[in-house]
Amino acid sequence: MRKKMNKKVVAITMNMKQATFKGGTHLRYNKELTSGLKVMKSTPPQEVVLPVSMHLGAPSKPIVAVGDRVKMGQKIAEPGGFVSVPTHATVSGEVIAVEPRIHTNGQRVMSIVIKNDMQETLHESILPRKEYKNLTSKEILQIIQDAGIVGMGGATFPTHVKLSIPEGKKAEYLILNAAECEAYLTNDDALMVRNSDEIVKGLEIIMHVLGVDRAYIGIEDNKPEAIEKMYESSKHLNIEMYSLKTKYPQGSEKHIIKAIAKREVPSGKLPIDVGCVVFNVATVKAIYDAVMHGMPLIERIVTITGRGVVKPQRMDVKIGTHIEHLLQQCDGIRDTEKFILGGPMMGFAHYSTDVPVLKGGSGVLLLSEEETDLAPAKDCIRCAKCVAACPMGLMPLMLSNMSIKSDFDKAEQYNAMDCIECGACAYVCPTKRMLVSNIRVAKKEILAKRKQQAEKAEAEKAKGGNN
Amino acid sequence: MGTKLFTVSSSPHIKSNATTTVLMRDVLIALAPAMVAAVIFFGVSALMLTGVCVAVAILTEWAAGKIMKKESTIGDLSAAVTGVLIAFNLPASAPWWIAAVGSVFAILIVKQAFGGIGHNIVNPALAARAFLVVCWGARMTGSAFIPAADTVTQATPLGLLSEGITGQMPSYMDMFLGNMYGCIGEVSALALLLGGIYLIIRKVITWKVPVIYIATVFVLAIIFKQDPVFHILAGGLMLGAIFMATDYTTSPVTPKGQIIYAVGCGLLTMIIRLFGSYPEGVSYSILLMNVATPIIERYTRPRVYGVVKAKKIRPKDEVK
Repeated sequence: MRKKMNKKVVAITMNMKQATFKGGTHLRYNKELTSGLKVMKSTPPQEVVLPVSMHLGAPSKPIVAVGDRVKMGQKIAEPGGFVSVPTHATVSGEVIAVEPRIHTNGQRVMSIVIKNDMQETLHESILPRKEYKNLTSKEILQIIQDAGIVGMGGATFPTHVKLSIPEGKKAEYLILNAAECEAYLTNDDALMVRNSDEIVKGLEIIMHVLGVDRAYIGIEDNKPEAIEKMYESSKHLNIEMYSLKTKYPQGSEKHIIKAIAKREVPSGKLPIDVGCVVFNVATVKAIYDAVMHGMPLIERIVTITGRGVVKPQRMDVKIGTHIEHLLQQCDGIRDTEKFILGGPMMGFAHYSTDVPVLKGGSGVLLLSEEETDLAPAKDCIRCAKCVAACPMGLMPLMLSNMSIKSDFDKAEQYNAMDCIECGACAYVCPTKRMLVSNIRVAKKEILAKRKQQAEKAEAEKAKGGNN
Repeated sequence: MGTKLFTVSSSPHIKSNATTTVLMRDVLIALAPAMVAAVIFFGVSALMLTGVCVAVAILTEWAAGKIMKKESTIGDLSAAVTGVLIAFNLPASAPWWIAAVGSVFAILIVKQAFGGIGHNIVNPALAARAFLVVCWGARMTGSAFIPAADTVTQATPLGLLSEGITGQMPSYMDMFLGNMYGCIGEVSALALLLGGIYLIIRKVITWKVPVIYIATVFVLAIIFKQDPVFHILAGGLMLGAIFMATDYTTSPVTPKGQIIYAVGCGLLTMIIRLFGSYPEGVSYSILLMNVATPIIERYTRPRVYGVVKAKKIRPKDEVK
């Protein structure tokens, strides 16, 4: 059975276009910890914690108060502007607190806490829709914003903003990012295997919104089952699938564009400037749910993995569920050195598991000491492995040294701002130098300097006006 | 649960298995075939000299760490590699004290005085060789070479070439296997190539520098109407191209820079071999290109994704 499937996948892959990018590296993926497992549904949480800021942009404004009864899918906070999305109740129950709680970014953020009544009563505004083609792009964008959809690959940029193509620009390449190049994570893989029809339907909706007649799917070639399912769901449509070489960071927006559209996003510009729009599979599935079922983004698949988890799993989780609650269902943790939200290459380490799952939270990783490698940095031996691994064509060793010497002007000349912080350089470094960390410092300093200069220019302009 | 605080640090949270020690261990493994060849052709004295060099190099590295109150770096095996390479650049007849002096010079002056691993500007082993040739020329070159087994010639092939004695040249096969006059580690092209292939497979080095270096010598030999096969098998070219020119610290980190560097090494080697007063030019050519490395890197920065070339930021910023 398995062999037969593989043969079929080989045949499909052979007919697909192959693509890749320059640079990058191969990781110890450890995807097998979860890749074969069935996606479980998390038991209902006792309470959910919903920060008003689970997205990039302005925080949403709470419209409920302590003691209010809310239903599942009900809007509990209004968007704080155009670049913002509302927050929804992900369970039905009672609002028990509206107060600052620890956010996954490590700071206290205003959050709405709902005690679950375990009834799962749906809000009456959630109604299925039969057809989307009679809706205008604008109407669909409104639906997407109302559903609170943000980029679920981790960036959490509001999706309706990305879909609002600025005047004078045109989307030519609509790309579905199904690379999932991060190590350990298999949640996108699981979603594609289970919901390929819905994802493809979601892609059709985006094609309708953007007015394009063609879409592209890029999947890394280490996901044969997802390739097969996505192919079956999309073969009757004008959708072209690309088999991408398994190499990190293939799923970076800039590098999937390079591989499929053969274009480069200019430094400091956005993908739409070269006619490209890229969406993660989970985001596209959320768009389908919102448009066809009226369902806001209240649930996502999370990979709970790492050698620190007794029983790694992939789970359907209500947004706002405590991570502790998920770990209990994985039989707890052992020998954990680091707790990471997101993937091991770009995720954020957190000191405590006492945080909720948010919209961009693809992974919950508990890494043992031997997995995470905390060896101290040694002197650079100039082996050039970081230069070869940098997908942006930078020289991480030099940028890192410039940053250490506080020579930020030079770091700027050496294109520090183009670093995407993918971590490929630090991964390959034999002397374990903190390359990304140092470059981040340089980027912060450069931004601060630019801001200062802009303010100075502004002030001088104002002064000139007075004279 | 919930009470333990986890370690927080900047991403990425996983690292590859590569360490300096693993890389240097691979270099030592790659040098092993040449060591075996040396013992076959020159006897146990080759092994003894190598032992002296390695021991003195490690000891010097350890002492330097103590003197400068720095964490000792002998564990990374880089001093051991330097030791082996110094020995490989000595004639088998060299006295033990020359080996010892060379090793102290390489580690203390060339490496540690410049800041230790990763900070030296020239290859320590080659600098030591240059130092020894200048100080004890008679013991380092010419008549210092003892005959390898079964050879009838009296000098290194390149020595013969520079004196115009072409009748006594060893056969290609002898030169390929290592049956000729020369330094301990340079004679057997076969053994060195085996080591080189191992390093490329283990991704310690890329094919670029050795292949381009050797190809440049080959092409220039043809241009100057010399025997190209003779030129790539003779002297220290194989040893230099595979193990010396590929030294991380002293070769460019940029892909384009590596090409320029390798071509430069080949060019200088042939200029010295054909027009210089020394019969062999590998060590000096690599040393010269080592010194040129920073400037090569400066002009061969890789093209950055999404950055248009015509951008004129640099001159403006540098004026200020």
